[in-house]
Amino acid sequence: MPEPIANIVLIEDEQQIRRFVRIALEREGFHVYESETGERGLIETGTRKPDAVILDLGLPDIDGIEVIKQIRTWSTVPIIILSSRSDEHEKVKGLDAGADDYLTKPFGVPELLARIRAQLRRRFFAGGSSGDGIYRFGDVVVDLPKRLVLRGTKQIHLTPIEFKLLAALIRNLDRVMTQRQLLNEVWGPAYVENSHYLRIYMGHLRQKLEDDPAQPKYLQTETAVGYRLLSPLK
Amino acid sequence: MRETLPDKVFDQADDVTLVDLPADELLRRLREGKVYLPSLAEQASKNFFRKGNLIALRELALRRTADRVDAQMREYRMDQSIPQIWQANDRLMVCIEPGPEAEQIVRAAARLASSLRTDWLAVYVETPALQKLANARRDAIFRTLRLAQELGAETATLSGISIGQMLAAYARSRNVSRLVMGRPRRSLVARLIKPTVADELASHAKDIDLYVVGRDIQPASNESMRDKGKAAVSLAFQPKKVSSRHGYIWAAAISSLTTLIASFLVYRFDLSNVAMLYLLGVIVVSARFGRGPGALTSLLSVFAFDFFFVPPKLSFAVSDTQYLLTFIVMLTVSLVISNLTSNLRYQAQGATYRENRIRALYDLGKELAAALTSSHIIEISISHLSGVFQSRGVVLLPDSHERIRAMGSGNNDTTQESVNLGIAQWVYEHDEEAGFGTHTLPSSKAIYLPLMAPMRTRGVLAIVPEDPATIFLPEQRRLLDTFVSQIALALERVHYVEVAQDALITMESERLRNALLSAISHDLRTPLTAIIGIVSSLKEQEQDMSRDKRQELIDALYGQAFRMNSLVTNLLDMARLQTGKVQLNKQWQILEEVVGSAIRTMRHALEQHRIQVHLPHDLPLLQFDAVLIERVLCNLLENAGKYTPAGSHLVVSAEKRDDEVWISLADDGPGLPAGMETRIFDKFTRGEKESAKPGVGLGLSICRAIVEAHDGKIWAHNLPTQGAIFTFSLPAGNPPAPQDPEADLLH
Repeated sequence: MPEPIANIVLIEDEQQIRRFVRIALEREGFHVYESETGERGLIETGTRKPDAVILDLGLPDIDGIEVIKQIRTWSTVPIIILSSRSDEHEKVKGLDAGADDYLTKPFGVPELLARIRAQLRRRFFAGGSSGDGIYRFGDVVVDLPKRLVLRGTKQIHLTPIEFKLLAALIRNLDRVMTQRQLLNEVWGPAYVENSHYLRIYMGHLRQKLEDDPAQPKYLQTETAVGYRLLSPLK
Repeated sequence: MRETLPDKVFDQADDVTLVDLPADELLRRLREGKVYLPSLAEQASKNFFRKGNLIALRELALRRTADRVDAQMREYRMDQSIPQIWQANDRLMVCIEPGPEAEQIVRAAARLASSLRTDWLAVYVETPALQKLANARRDAIFRTLRLAQELGAETATLSGISIGQMLAAYARSRNVSRLVMGRPRRSLVARLIKPTVADELASHAKDIDLYVVGRDIQPASNESMRDKGKAAVSLAFQPKKVSSRHGYIWAAAISSLTTLIASFLVYRFDLSNVAMLYLLGVIVVSARFGRGPGALTSLLSVFAFDFFFVPPKLSFAVSDTQYLLTFIVMLTVSLVISNLTSNLRYQAQGATYRENRIRALYDLGKELAAALTSSHIIEISISHLSGVFQSRGVVLLPDSHERIRAMGSGNNDTTQESVNLGIAQWVYEHDEEAGFGTHTLPSSKAIYLPLMAPMRTRGVLAIVPEDPATIFLPEQRRLLDTFVSQIALALERVHYVEVAQDALITMESERLRNALLSAISHDLRTPLTAIIGIVSSLKEQEQDMSRDKRQELIDALYGQAFRMNSLVTNLLDMARLQTGKVQLNKQWQILEEVVGSAIRTMRHALEQHRIQVHLPHDLPLLQFDAVLIERVLCNLLENAGKYTPAGSHLVVSAEKRDDEVWISLADDGPGLPAGMETRIFDKFTRGEKESAKPGVGLGLSICRAIVEAHDGKIWAHNLPTQGAIFTFSLPAGNPPAPQDPEADLLH
C-alpha cells in the first residue's frame, strides 16, 4: 500500500532520542518537525498539520498528559506516547486522555515504524473496516452490520457483550484501548471499576477466535494497561 | 527568718562578692525601710535582726569569705609552684550523734574537710538505745545525714551495739585517719562510770586523730520548730516495736506464771534450782518484747522469789543473809541475759532488713540482666520500684533529638500525668536530681533522678512516692540510687547491644553492596566493552568490511544493548522491591492473559525454543499484580532461554491445589546443578560460577521477592527424567462471583 508523505511532530526533550528517531523517520520519507518542549510542540502541532505526533511524557515545561488533552481539544491526530518502563499508571493516564498508542523506552526503530504505520493506516482508512463493515483477521471474518462472526466456514456464536467488545476493538483497530475505555464503551460508565468482567470476556473472545488463546496473535493484552486488536500483517 | 540558701550554693558559686556593713548601719537601713516593707521590718528587727545575731552573721559571712579567698590563694600558689601532694586515701569521718548540735558538727566537719582537701564521710551508728528515740529526733538525725550528703559527704548508717567499736571498724575499713565528733556532754563522774564514745574510740583506734568540736550553749531554735513540723513522719524498715505496754503486761504475766509453777516445784526441788526457772522467764520475755520488759521481769522475779519462797515466806524480810547473794547474782544475771537477748533480737531484725534490701537489689539485677529491650527494662524497673519504694515510677528516655519523652509501653498513664517533661529534660541535661525533696523545684510531686551510666546519662527516672518521707531515709536513698544506677547500666547495655546489631547489619549490607557493585561492574562493563569495541571497529573499518561481516557486528551490537537493558531493568526492579516502594496493584486476573503477554515480551529471547502452554480451563481468577507476575514469568522464561540449549521444549502449566494455584515452567535442558535448588533464589547467586552467560543472579531473587509479596512460594527442582522445573504458588483466595448473566442480556 503506497503511503503518502506524512508530517510527523516529535516532542521530546532528549536530543539523542530526537536524533535517532529523526534519522529513522526521514529515511522512511516522513517530514519530521522536532520540538524540545511541550509549548513548542503544541505550536508545531497546530501549524504543521501533522499526520501523527510522537510525544514524550516527561517534558521539562508542561506535563505530557496536558499536551495530549490540549491537542485533543482541536485535533484527532494519532498520538504515540513514549514512556519509561515503570510507570504503567502514566501510560494509562495518557491513553485515557486520548493518546492512541505507546512505546516503552528503550525501543527499536522497527517497532516505532510499525506503530507509526499502523496509526497512519488508521487515519487514512478510518474505522479499520474496508468500508463495507466486514473485517478479517486470521481465519476470522466479522460482519459488523449483520452481527455475524465466522471462523473459516463455521459460524461462531458470540454473546451480545462479546460482540460489543469485539466491535469496539475493531473500531479502534491497532489502537491501545485502556480497560476503562473498553468498560465504558461496552458495559457503560457504571462498570468502569469492574475490570475483571473485561478480562473474563476477553478470555472468552480469545477462546473462541484464537488458535492458541495463551499465545494470541490478534487479541493482545497490554498488561495493566488495556487491550489492542492487532491488524493482520500484510 | 526563712530566707536561707543551702551551703552548696555558696560552695559552688563561681565567684562571691561580699557586701559588708556594720550591724548598726544595717539596723538603720532596716528602720528606714530599705530592706523590708516597714511593717515586716518592725517584725524582723524584733525577731531575727537583733544586733547580736547580726554581728554573728557578719562574722560568719566574713569568715566564710576569708576561707574562700584563702582557698583561692592556695590554689593560685599550687598552680604557680610545686604541686602539693596530698594523700587521696586520707579521709575524714564525722560521727553524727543525736542532738540539736549535730548539724553544727557536720558543718564544722565539712569546713575541715575542705580545708584539708580530703574526702569525708558522715556516719550514724544506730544502737538499740538510739533506735528507741522519738521519731522526730530520728528524723533530725537523718536530716543531718542528708545535709552532710549535700555538703559532699558520703553517708552511711551502721547498726551495732557499741558506737565506738563500730566507728573504729568502719573507719579502718574506709581508711579514715581523722574523726570529728561533738564534745561529750556528760560530767566527769558519769564518764568514769561509763566511757564516752570518744573514750571508747581513743582506746579502740589509737591511730586515728580525734577532733572534738565544741557545742553551742544555745541549741538552734529553728531546729525544734522543724521537728514539730515533721513529727508525724514515720520510718520505713523500722525494726518491729511491739507496743511497750503490751510487753510489760506480759512481763508481769510471765513472772506470775513462773511463780505459780515454782510453787509446785518447790516441794521437790532445791530453792536455788527453782530460782533458775525465773531466768527462763527473763529470756522468754526479753527475746519477745525487748529490754524494758526483760528488765521488769528480772526485778519482778527477784521480788517474787524473795516474797514467796525465801523464808520467812510471804514477806520481803530475809532470815538467811546468804540469800542476799542469791538475789544480787540473780538480778545481775537476769539483767545481763535480758540485755544480750534483746540485742540479739535487734541484730536479727537488722539482718533481716539488710537481707530484704539485698534481695530486692538482686531480684532487680537478675531481671534487668535478662532484659533485651529498653521497654522491657522500663517495665521491670517500674514494677520493682513500686514494690520496694511504694512509689509509682516513670522511666523517661531521650529520643534521637535528645528530647526527653515518655516511652509508650510500661509506663503508667496516670503516673505520667504527674510527671513534668520539662523538669525531666532539665535533669537529663544537667545530670542533677530535681523535684520533690531536692533543691530544684522541690514543690513538684515527683522526684527526678538522672539515669547516669558510665558513658553518659541514659534517661531520667521520675518517681512519685506514696509516702514522701520514707524515700529520703539514707538507707532507702542509697538503695534507690543503686536501683537507678542498675537501671542506667541496663539501658546502656541494651543501647550497646543495639549499636552492635546495627553495626552487624551495616556490615552485612556493606558486604551485599560490595557484591552488588562487583557484579554490576562486571555485568555492565562486559556489554559496554563489546559495544564500544564493535562501534569503534565499525567506525574505523566500515569501508573494508564485507556486508555480512558488518551485519554480524550490528546484530551483536543490538544483542549487547538489550542485554544491558535487561540488567538495568532487573537492578531497578530489585531496588524498588527492596526499598519497599512497590505497592501491589492486586486485581482479579486471568492467568492465561499474563502468561500470554509474558511469552510475547520474551519472544525474541525464546525464538530458538518451543513453548507450550497447558492451562486448565477451569482455573479460577487469581488476585495478583499483573505487571509483577508477568515479570516473574518473564524472568523464568528468560532463564530457561539462557540455560537450555536451542530447540529445548518449555512447558508452562498450572494446577489448582487446595487453596493454592501452582504455576510451573518445565524445561528439558541440563537441569540445575546439584545442591543449588534453593540457593539460586538468593541474591547474586548463579547456578554456574563465573559463567560466561550474562546476568548477576538477580532474576530469580526478584521472582522470589515478588512471589513472597503475594504470599506465595517459589521453588525449583530437577525433573526425574530430564530438565528442571520452576514452580511458584499463589493463594487462590475468593474470586468474585462470575458476572451476573442478566447483565449480558441487558444489551
